[in-house]
Amino acid sequence: MTGRASLPAPQHLMADAFLTLNHISKSFAGVQALDDVSLVVKPGEAHCLVGENGSGKSTLIKIIAGVVTPDSGDIVINGRSFQRLYPMDAIREGIQVIYQDFSLFPNLTVAENIALNYQLSRNVRVVRWGQVHQIAQTALDKIGVRLPLDVEVESISVADKQLVAICRALVQNARLIIMDEATTALTEKEIRALFRVIRNVQQEGVAVLFVSHKLNEVLEIADKVMIIRNGRVVVDTDVASLDRSKLTYYMTGRQIEEADYDYRPTNEQPLLEVRHLSSRGNFEDISFALRPGEILGITGLLGSGRTELALSLFGVLPVDSGEILIDGQPAHVRDIQSAIHHGIGYVPEDRLTEGLFLDQSISRNIVIRTIDTLTRPGGLLSISQVNRQVRYWVEQLSIKTHDPELPAKSLSGGNQQRVVLAKWLASKPRILILNGPTVGVDVGSKMELHEIIKNLAREGIGILVISDDIPELLHLCNRILLMRRGRVAGVFDRPEITEAELTARLTEATSMARPAG
Amino acid sequence: MSAPDASYKPLPKARLALDGNLLRLLIACVTIFVAMSLLKPDVFPTPENFLSMGSQFPEIGILAIAIMITMLTGGIDLSVVSVANLSGVLAALVIRALIPPNATDGQVILGLIIAVAVAFLAGAVAGLINGALIAYVNLTPILATLGTMTLYTGLTVAMTRGNAVFAENRLTFIGTANLLGIIPIPLVIFAVVVVIFAVVLNRTSFGLKLYMLGSNMNAARFSGINVRRVLLMTYMLSGLLAAVVAIIFLGRNNSAKWDFAPSYVLQAIVVAVLAGVNPSGGSGRIAGIVLAILALQFVSTGMNMLLFTISGGQFFKEFAWGALLLIIMVANSYSEGRRLSPRHKPKTD
Amino acid sequence: MLKRILSRQETLVGVTLLALCLTIGFINPVFWTPGNWFDLARSATVTGIFAIGVLVVLISGGIDVSFTAIAVFAMYTTTVIMNNIGFGGGMFAFFLMSAGIGVVLGLINAFFIARFRLPTLIVTLGTQSLFRGFLLFVIGSKIIRDLPPGMAEYSGAFLFTVTDSRGITVGLHSAVLFLVGVAILAQIILRYTMLGRSIYALGGSREAAERAGFNIAHTQVFIYAFVGLLAGLAGMIYGGLNRQANAQDIVGQELDVIAATVLGGASITGGRGSVIGTLLGVTLVTVLSNSLILMGIPSIWQRVVIGAIIIIGTAVPAIRALRAGRRANVEIEPVLAEQRS
Repeated sequence: MTGRASLPAPQHLMADAFLTLNHISKSFAGVQALDDVSLVVKPGEAHCLVGENGSGKSTLIKIIAGVVTPDSGDIVINGRSFQRLYPMDAIREGIQVIYQDFSLFPNLTVAENIALNYQLSRNVRVVRWGQVHQIAQTALDKIGVRLPLDVEVESISVADKQLVAICRALVQNARLIIMDEATTALTEKEIRALFRVIRNVQQEGVAVLFVSHKLNEVLEIADKVMIIRNGRVVVDTDVASLDRSKLTYYMTGRQIEEADYDYRPTNEQPLLEVRHLSSRGNFEDISFALRPGEILGITGLLGSGRTELALSLFGVLPVDSGEILIDGQPAHVRDIQSAIHHGIGYVPEDRLTEGLFLDQSISRNIVIRTIDTLTRPGGLLSISQVNRQVRYWVEQLSIKTHDPELPAKSLSGGNQQRVVLAKWLASKPRILILNGPTVGVDVGSKMELHEIIKNLAREGIGILVISDDIPELLHLCNRILLMRRGRVAGVFDRPEITEAELTARLTEATSMARPAG
Repeated sequence: MSAPDASYKPLPKARLALDGNLLRLLIACVTIFVAMSLLKPDVFPTPENFLSMGSQFPEIGILAIAIMITMLTGGIDLSVVSVANLSGVLAALVIRALIPPNATDGQVILGLIIAVAVAFLAGAVAGLINGALIAYVNLTPILATLGTMTLYTGLTVAMTRGNAVFAENRLTFIGTANLLGIIPIPLVIFAVVVVIFAVVLNRTSFGLKLYMLGSNMNAARFSGINVRRVLLMTYMLSGLLAAVVAIIFLGRNNSAKWDFAPSYVLQAIVVAVLAGVNPSGGSGRIAGIVLAILALQFVSTGMNMLLFTISGGQFFKEFAWGALLLIIMVANSYSEGRRLSPRHKPKTD
Repeated sequence: MLKRILSRQETLVGVTLLALCLTIGFINPVFWTPGNWFDLARSATVTGIFAIGVLVVLISGGIDVSFTAIAVFAMYTTTVIMNNIGFGGGMFAFFLMSAGIGVVLGLINAFFIARFRLPTLIVTLGTQSLFRGFLLFVIGSKIIRDLPPGMAEYSGAFLFTVTDSRGITVGLHSAVLFLVGVAILAQIILRYTMLGRSIYALGGSREAAERAGFNIAHTQVFIYAFVGLLAGLAGMIYGGLNRQANAQDIVGQELDVIAATVLGGASITGGRGSVIGTLLGVTLVTVLSNSLILMGIPSIWQRVVIGAIIIIGTAVPAIRALRAGRRANVEIEPVLAEQRS
């Protein structure tokens, strides 16, 4: 089952298809983004679209949404063929996209965000606010969620924003809902809730096209899976015929075996020790120790305080009480500069807004952390030292670029993350905090990043990995700290806990506090 | 991991990239120059005219550099001219107070040094206030400097009751004398400022931080750049540049007044944008400023020569500047469209 | 709910304005005379109409510094044309022509902004020079005091007049009706039409607006044409009230108008702002600058006070936002959930 899937579209099948893409191709300035891609989506079906970064998934979604026009091939929706599909056509035909960034209006209320697109697609010219509320309420009732209608979207939580985006899609009487990486911001429990909603709308005949990096999800939700690589369809088949390793193989084109991190306990003095650390409204009474060569995982639901803890260790959020000890000495981490002074590095959760300077060159991104040391006597920058450092890290972390003077945005997600890592590694940190190190990174790059992280730990760096990707944590960490509502709810040494148990403990965290057995 | 291996060969020297915008500016500059020389061969391409032009643009050029460095951080400094007038008035007041009409040479020199120092101090303090409002109070730069522009102008009015303050001809040598007998002093000052800022922006870690911060303030913070300090420094430098302009103003006019040259703010912004400085931060080069100000000066002077007989001819300059700005922006937007190859396109997949 | 109302910039400005009026009135009762208020209304009219235009642009996430150039261009050109054709009719025709010229110039802005997607600040900086340069170079630069009759009489078009105790007759000028009309029109468009909501949507997130199917170019064409219309109107009112057409006037006030609009709660980064807030902001600035003398403060301090008000008025919400960013993120479990053994 390698190579191209057989072309779909015998005439009798198209009759009941909601969406048919025939031989779609698209190139940008000579580079083929999509090459002869065909897809049939029937009502009530759940399709998964899987592929590495740059495989053409986003382009395909944008073509279906009418945001990008294909060079050749045709689009048939509901039996109607479109030469040129505009966003408004797609919306009127019942295609709704839930974008990775939600695509909401932060300055408008929940109610208006849900109702605005609906009214727009119906050519409403005069806004009646009673109607706006009614539309929004109906949508929320449909999936059984309660949200304040008159609050600006800017001030609600990420999970609620996701719900608003979903409601907005549902209110349109959508026939096809496309979810582009719609779960990267969600924790396990929220994903469960989302899946329940998806199954409900499927029963009503709504088709779902799901784009995800998380293989577990793909296998759980999909009826059919289409895998694209380099703009071509590699596989288009029923999910039943696939398993995890096959999926990985088709996506990356190679077989990858991952070995768990082989930490050998030592009695060295902890690099970092945290004692009864509290930050009002963020977390309470956190204690743990991190030894050289350890990879300590911190997990928990959104709102459990896991990111806040990381930010406090990096000097971003103020600490109210408790102690941070570095090499056994009390350390006062009051701001980012002092955290850096103590040898702490932090790779943020949101690579694009917090980690990278997208418009600046790869080399500038790499040297910015250590630029103060790359000077000649007299304080002027030493170009040769700068170049040497850039060259070293590009090779060391195999950053795939033919010219480090290109902007960082020219790189794929996995390579971008390597640049962020290189920036920190150049300053030789002793403690590295990685918040969601492989979020939005494809499977192939993810494994390579895991190798890099394990090698760093082997060299004696203490690493904190904050993630809700349970398989990743179990693979990387020798110890995992579970947080719940701002407190430590459990510490697990890896061999002692399985993926199923940890997932259960994580989801259980939403139920009210109840003493463990 | 170990330290960078010294045996790695350095990459080719950072390309002296004549990027699209600079190239277009250069072409515009040369074209205008050639056109004007052909149209007015007897007066335009003459040494006298070069000197005359050279003494005209330094103030706006220096103000444009002030605007540029604040734009690099994603901000803007609308208060530059009001800071210049405030500094100028203070310097003039110091000169009046410290240098009596029958002063000795020593008194004059000391008085002038103090006057210039006071002007610089005022510029630096005014800039620091801007920087503090932006870095610590979190005001949008447009708003902060709009407010301080009014405030500084107001202080200047209040100090002088709205009158001009004369500097007793003590600084007029700046406006009239020439270095080595030919190069106007304001042009020398401009050249020095250009060199200093070219070095600061391209060859110091502060310069790199400035660009990075303007490119992504959040990432800068998370990379350990002391964002507040860089912002404070930037606006302070902008204030200092305004003080330099104040001294040139005083040298040229022999007086300082609260409402001098208000249109220079917008003109300086025009120069900066024409120079290819990205108003939302992160990119822009000093070479662009030099080319932009030259192009504009050629247009202004040439048009004056062509139109001096027509009434209102002096206003054509304003029209031409606006037109040039729009044309270059449209040309840039076309070339950006062409450049949108996948290599430069963010990979969102 | 109450907390939300109290935390609005509009409320803050309104309360400040009220306190200011009470203070000035306490220091000098002249403040509360009809004459003073008619003067204030007259001063606020042109700024107010400009500010409504600025509001609409700011909400969309843009900024326009060319409206003053449009205003003086439209007013002066109308005057020149009417003088040349010897037009003897009423002021209505002047407004119509001036507003029409304003719309055309606004469309030029819209062309550059919508067609080439250039930054609005840069485009309007360019067109400001372009319009003003064209006006002064081609159409004229001299002050016209010999106005067509319709325009010359306009400054006396009072709604009504009052004679106070000292026997001085003061009147409320009818131009204020334009401000009222423009404010109501803008409120209706912004709040109750899809066009208005598309302006907020554009200012909130351009990308989301595109994906939702809004026609951004149409919205921008409307915005800049509307600003042009208001500028043409305000320019004509300005000329009429001052009984002269000065081609070198008005330009230079744009930053003051933007400041007043922002003071009234419009966000310079787009997506936020209200008509009522804008009117309050304009009123606050007008009352302040017109009343310093009434308070016994020498007029040379006027700018210092306005500058301070702008800084404080914008710093308060900025600091508040900074604090809000530091609020609690996590709902902490009240007791230790489990004891690890």
